[in-house]
Amino acid sequence: MDLTDLTAHELAERFADGRATAVQATEAALERIAATDELLHAFLTVTGDQALKSAREVDQARERGEPLGPLAGVPLALKDVLVTKGVRTTAGSRILDEFVPPYDATVVRRLRDRGVVILGKTNMDEFAMGSSTENSGFGPTRNPWDTTRVPGGSSGGSAAAVAAGQAPLGIGTDTGGSIRQPAALCGIVGVKPTYGLVSRYGLIAFASSLDQVGPFARDVRDAADLLEAIAGHDPMDSTSIPDAPADLTSRLSDGVDGLRVGVVRELFLEGTEPGVLARVREGLDRLERLGARLEECSLPSFEYALSAYYLIAPAECSSNLARYDGVRWGLRAKDSADVVDMMQRTRQAGFGAEVKRRVMLGTYALSAGYYDAYYGQAQKVRTLVRRELDAAYERFDLLAGPTAPTVAFPIGEKADDPLAMYLNDVFTIPVNLAGNAAVSVPAGLSDGLPVGLQLIAPALGEATMLRAAWAFEQDLGLSTRPTRPQEVRP
Amino acid sequence: MTAVVAPEVGARQYETVIGIETHCELGTATKMFCACPTVFGAEPNTQVCPVCLGEPGSLPVANGRAVEFAARIGLALHCRIAERSQFHRKNYFYPDMPKNYQISQYDEPLCVGGWLDVDVEGEVRRVGITRVHLEEDTGKSLHVGATGRIHGADYSLVDYNRAGIPLVEIVSEPDLRSAEEARAYAEELRAVLLALGVSDAKLEEGSMRFDVNVSIRPVGHAEFGTKVELKNLNSLRSLYRAVAYEADRQRRVLADGGRLVQETRHWDEGAGRTEPMRSKEFATDYRYFPEPDLIPIEATAPWVDGLRADLPELPAERRARLAEATGLPAKEVGWLVRDPEVLAYFQAVATGRDPKVVASWVMGELQRDLREFDHTMASNPVEPERLGGLLDLLSAGTVSATAAKDVLAEMFTSEASPATIVERKGLAQISDTGELEAVVERVVAANPDLAEKFRGGKRGVLGALVGQVMRETRGRANPKLVSDLLERAIGG
Ligand SMILES: [Zn+2]
Repeated sequence: MDLTDLTAHELAERFADGRATAVQATEAALERIAATDELLHAFLTVTGDQALKSAREVDQARERGEPLGPLAGVPLALKDVLVTKGVRTTAGSRILDEFVPPYDATVVRRLRDRGVVILGKTNMDEFAMGSSTENSGFGPTRNPWDTTRVPGGSSGGSAAAVAAGQAPLGIGTDTGGSIRQPAALCGIVGVKPTYGLVSRYGLIAFASSLDQVGPFARDVRDAADLLEAIAGHDPMDSTSIPDAPADLTSRLSDGVDGLRVGVVRELFLEGTEPGVLARVREGLDRLERLGARLEECSLPSFEYALSAYYLIAPAECSSNLARYDGVRWGLRAKDSADVVDMMQRTRQAGFGAEVKRRVMLGTYALSAGYYDAYYGQAQKVRTLVRRELDAAYERFDLLAGPTAPTVAFPIGEKADDPLAMYLNDVFTIPVNLAGNAAVSVPAGLSDGLPVGLQLIAPALGEATMLRAAWAFEQDLGLSTRPTRPQEVRP
Repeated sequence: MTAVVAPEVGARQYETVIGIETHCELGTATKMFCACPTVFGAEPNTQVCPVCLGEPGSLPVANGRAVEFAARIGLALHCRIAERSQFHRKNYFYPDMPKNYQISQYDEPLCVGGWLDVDVEGEVRRVGITRVHLEEDTGKSLHVGATGRIHGADYSLVDYNRAGIPLVEIVSEPDLRSAEEARAYAEELRAVLLALGVSDAKLEEGSMRFDVNVSIRPVGHAEFGTKVELKNLNSLRSLYRAVAYEADRQRRVLADGGRLVQETRHWDEGAGRTEPMRSKEFATDYRYFPEPDLIPIEATAPWVDGLRADLPELPAERRARLAEATGLPAKEVGWLVRDPEVLAYFQAVATGRDPKVVASWVMGELQRDLREFDHTMASNPVEPERLGGLLDLLSAGTVSATAAKDVLAEMFTSEASPATIVERKGLAQISDTGELEAVVERVVAANPDLAEKFRGGKRGVLGALVGQVMRETRGRANPKLVSDLLERAIGG
């Protein structure tokens, strides 16, 4: 039995009855990384020694009979946008090439406290800006299903790592779909939690009002366990929800009977690939067969969500990224004439094209005279999206549609066409604007590549949402579920 | 300096219009958005953490105490406390700003629309307060080489200890009309902050500083003239001098047929003049937008009512009450109230004693001795009970005023009671008629001409004779008794 084939809860069972140890699981994961990552490039930094050390500690704690949580000893791939004390953290940017943070993100601390074994830091689009992980300052990640294709983005490294069996669990961040879209493209489960459910403390900011940390896993149960582990109030993050429900998993198997699901017309855009549409339609039929009550609904503001997002996110990023100026950390341009020259040349050299594009866009959108026309207008759209969704939740428990309009596309295909790339997020962005929760769950294959079904829930609707995803996944069955990609050979 | 002293050009044709933005560091134990301490003068970069250093990933959390302090200031300045206020980001690049944006309040400040009454030479001027808002301080740069300013420096060092210290900005309406009024406003505002206990308002440590807008306009005009901003004035003296100089400079420019430009100028204390700052330094679009990392501040009515009920007595009320209770003139009351420590001391001594006598000693001889012995009110070794005891000896006639001054000075180096010092130094007043009569006779005999003048009706010469007797008794004679005895001896 190859331990890298197992889910987290399957591993936990084996840890419990002594058939496996955390060290064995960690060694298996590290071996698999060693065998596959030269081709996949899912990781930017592998912290093997640290991983084995924490695995040993978990094993020893288990031998002493200490009570351990469901994820203790389970290996995990961490997106390189969450700071790790003493471990290089780059956010996928050359400007932070050598940056070693002095503290752990709250999510990282919570994972360590629960005995999760962090294998290393995964590749991503620079500062989480992108939908293909091609914008990484350190080269792209490849999709394990077809290594000529992208894994999606920006959390492509973590998604690819989980899909390729390098780790049963992964952590990503979702600002406009950066967990759900790569989960869909890599055939795994990805959850974008309610804004404020998971602490952003220690998450290198892209767009503060949209960013949220969430789990990747091979099945819904693991994703739910991992979300439960990282969720919870954090006094260090004032946007963290103070009294969110702590229990997301105990009613996982309650089924979907009677659940009202709204099928959002605007999420079935013209141009969506027929194979994607077919799998999603089949998935919706499956939910109906399981007892959910499906009904079509319309959310017209979704049409403007993409435009609003591409004003709000760049505006916030232009400000969040101002601290990368060469004064205090990371790259510093040498031989500058003065401080302004040094800052300009550092940023010129350290940021990639997509980051520069968005910083300029955001700077423009916030500048005097344009604020009302762009940023102000975008905020109005955001309010509209929120209101429409709130109204929809009066009729529906969940909303549904595809996660992304296409399956994984070839590396380089959209790299030079930002607008085509931005369209990849068209189905995921409204959820971020509203701060709602959503999950992408595998719905089958189209031309041999994974397709994701997206379920959307109101704020703090995670328990219901995961329950529906779990019922769907169970019914679809492991035999048709693409649990493992084709073997990767360098 | 010469320009300030020189006759003011066109002072009568032009009216000066002044508005002041006061920055004041709040005296909270921790910083605005993190738990770092705010102690002044610590080793550089020892009071910092990921949050106030703007480390990637770090997030601010607003300090509730700072919000409370700012609201107290707003209430003391008769402002309305906004039910909902919001932090914004003010974006500009500067090496001493960790995040390259400052978290500040922009169009939704905590406190809006108040006023402060300012006494200018006995006349009350009501100065409008536009707003009071919260923000974080920046770090401090030290530019090494060249002029000590950033341009042309060899290298720069940055201390981030100050970065993130809570600041309030108190913005006045352009209601001030002269350098005197500007100074009086700043002084009164400082007194209010001290009375509230929200800041040490130490100008010399930079915990209180002023940006001043100065313009002039023809008398009677309602429109504002071209505005010049004077940045970072850090003493009442430079505030006064800079405003006086700048108003005069503007009048001169117009008198010479020149045109004023809207600009930011810097006050050169040494040269005594304002100079234009490089416009490049301030040609900035701050690109304000709501700070997404912080939730809005919600001020509930019970919270505001609680703060209002809890306000201490403010300088104006205190002055009115003190003037009423003591009968002291406004100027002296104003002086006593300006510093809470002085006031507390005065009140401790004045309890059960004549406030006029106490005031004259606290304001006069005590201040002189504090300076002489290099002390401040905070380190004053003369406890209120000891000064009170001394004044009791004075009023009982045990010591003369002259001797009492010696005793007070002695108390700066000795912990003894005034009575002990009087005893030890033999300073007890001579009120024994027999003992003094001999001295009086001697003095009259030695000054026959003065005695003659007195008899001839020049009663003023008596003072000279009293002085002689005092000198002979080393100040110990009871002066009232001496003049009685002298009158009798000469007139007899
Ligand atoms: Zn700090």
